[in-house]
Amino acid sequence: MTATALLPDAEALCAELLRQLRPRVGPDTGMVGIVTGGAWLAERLHRELGLATPLGTLDVSYYRDDFERTGLKKQVRPSQIPFDVQGRPILLVDDVLYTGRTVRAAMNELFDYGRPASIDLAVLVDRGGRELPIAARYTGGEFQVPAGKVLMLERAQTGGALALRLADQRRSREGATPA
Amino acid sequence: MNPALAPPAQNPAVPGASRPGISTPGGPGPVFTSNPQLNDKGELLHLLSLDGLPKHILLHILDTAHSFVGVTDREVKKLPLLRGKSVFNLFFENSTRTRTTFEIAAKRLSADVINLNINTSSTSKGETLLDTVDNLSAMHADMFIVRHASSGAPHLIARHVASHLHVINAGDGRHAHPTQGLLDLYTIRHYKKEFTNLSVAIVGDLLHSRVARSLINGLTTLGVPDVRAIGPKTLMPAGVEKLGVHVFNDMKKGLAGCDVVVMLRLQNERMKGPLLPSAQEFFLSYGLTPEKLALAKPDAIVMHPGPMNRGVEIDSAVADGPRSVILPQVTFGIAVRMAVMSILAGN
Repeated sequence: MTATALLPDAEALCAELLRQLRPRVGPDTGMVGIVTGGAWLAERLHRELGLATPLGTLDVSYYRDDFERTGLKKQVRPSQIPFDVQGRPILLVDDVLYTGRTVRAAMNELFDYGRPASIDLAVLVDRGGRELPIAARYTGGEFQVPAGKVLMLERAQTGGALALRLADQRRSREGATPA
Repeated sequence: MNPALAPPAQNPAVPGASRPGISTPGGPGPVFTSNPQLNDKGELLHLLSLDGLPKHILLHILDTAHSFVGVTDREVKKLPLLRGKSVFNLFFENSTRTRTTFEIAAKRLSADVINLNINTSSTSKGETLLDTVDNLSAMHADMFIVRHASSGAPHLIARHVASHLHVINAGDGRHAHPTQGLLDLYTIRHYKKEFTNLSVAIVGDLLHSRVARSLINGLTTLGVPDVRAIGPKTLMPAGVEKLGVHVFNDMKKGLAGCDVVVMLRLQNERMKGPLLPSAQEFFLSYGLTPEKLALAKPDAIVMHPGPMNRGVEIDSAVADGPRSVILPQVTFGIAVRMAVMSILAGN
């Protein structure tokens, strides 16, 4: 028996997320995926929901609170917000919600583009363990992650199917990297 | 070996270099092995020279710079990476443009920037370089941007400071100007996409040029197959071929079929003795005119590190012409300096 066998099916979680989102997103909604897993999920959601506003992506590396401990990661992708944030309802999308620090960083970065009308959060999996007062409005499902492991989203090279994977926690210079 | 090309380990011309019994506030500095720029894990601690920097570090800097280019299009043109850090611009030699772009880069990263024009300050009262640095360290500096007329001064400071401090060389003597080299590399990649199929010609006063030295190091590391050095024999450092360049004394031969033309400034203020007959004569032989540029590839770009001497090394028709990327170089310089500072601050 492997831990992978117990993992929830990412495609089923994605379908659940779509079911929740469909009645709640409008033509004005600006969807923003957090690189990399959140951006893959957002690509899928954006396409399935047929949103008119183009999809945005954020790489929050420059806004993280653990920069001093972990340094700058290798491949930082430029954040791209191809719409005006000012006055727009924003739907932030990430794959796994854990400490809430990534979402905090993403919100700070969003405000450097303008003042959104509102920000909602959609995540594929909530694994608990919050360290900040942050909650998702839309959640595909919940999952308890074993100690010392991280939950990651993967996307197939061909076909683009989404799958969850457990990996050993990467150690930073002075401790664990919070998700 | 030509002294201009020698690694500037300990330059006795630097005030304070021979001071015995240096004690560093905050404990002893890091133990340097072969390359004082890297820590024992091979991460960049200081940027002193492009010589000896591995390809993956150069590419990491260029990629990071690319991710900063869009920041200026946003409502808030700042990133919080260096928030709460103090960056000291230590310019022992004047340079308005370089100092300003470092200042803008640090401010875009939310750092506090302190500009010190040392010429008019303590050194003129007799303080040594390392005493100046110790005093600024005691003011809780996090990063020093150093420009100095003596080759090796930034090395000396990097070896001296406590391990949490980072030093960036903003030009030292004839030795190196690594951020200028990096912004040149960034500009070349921006317009030419690849390095491995290029002919790059560097023209003019290579003898006094730290820009040329840094650029040649970077181009060779990134795999540019054809780097040409063009200039009169009197302005060509002896042994320059050892850096892997082809030397041309005839500019027309040297420019034939090249993709990138990098013009260097004729550094009159550094010239000692009669190296040149006159600026006019130099322009006739080595000034970049539309006629000479026509010998390069039709899509060749023209670069210049500035400040330009129009009518000496470059004709206005070329400097202001469609193939000149001299002003984009300045803009890219900000993103490149942001990249270097944020990578150092994270290591």
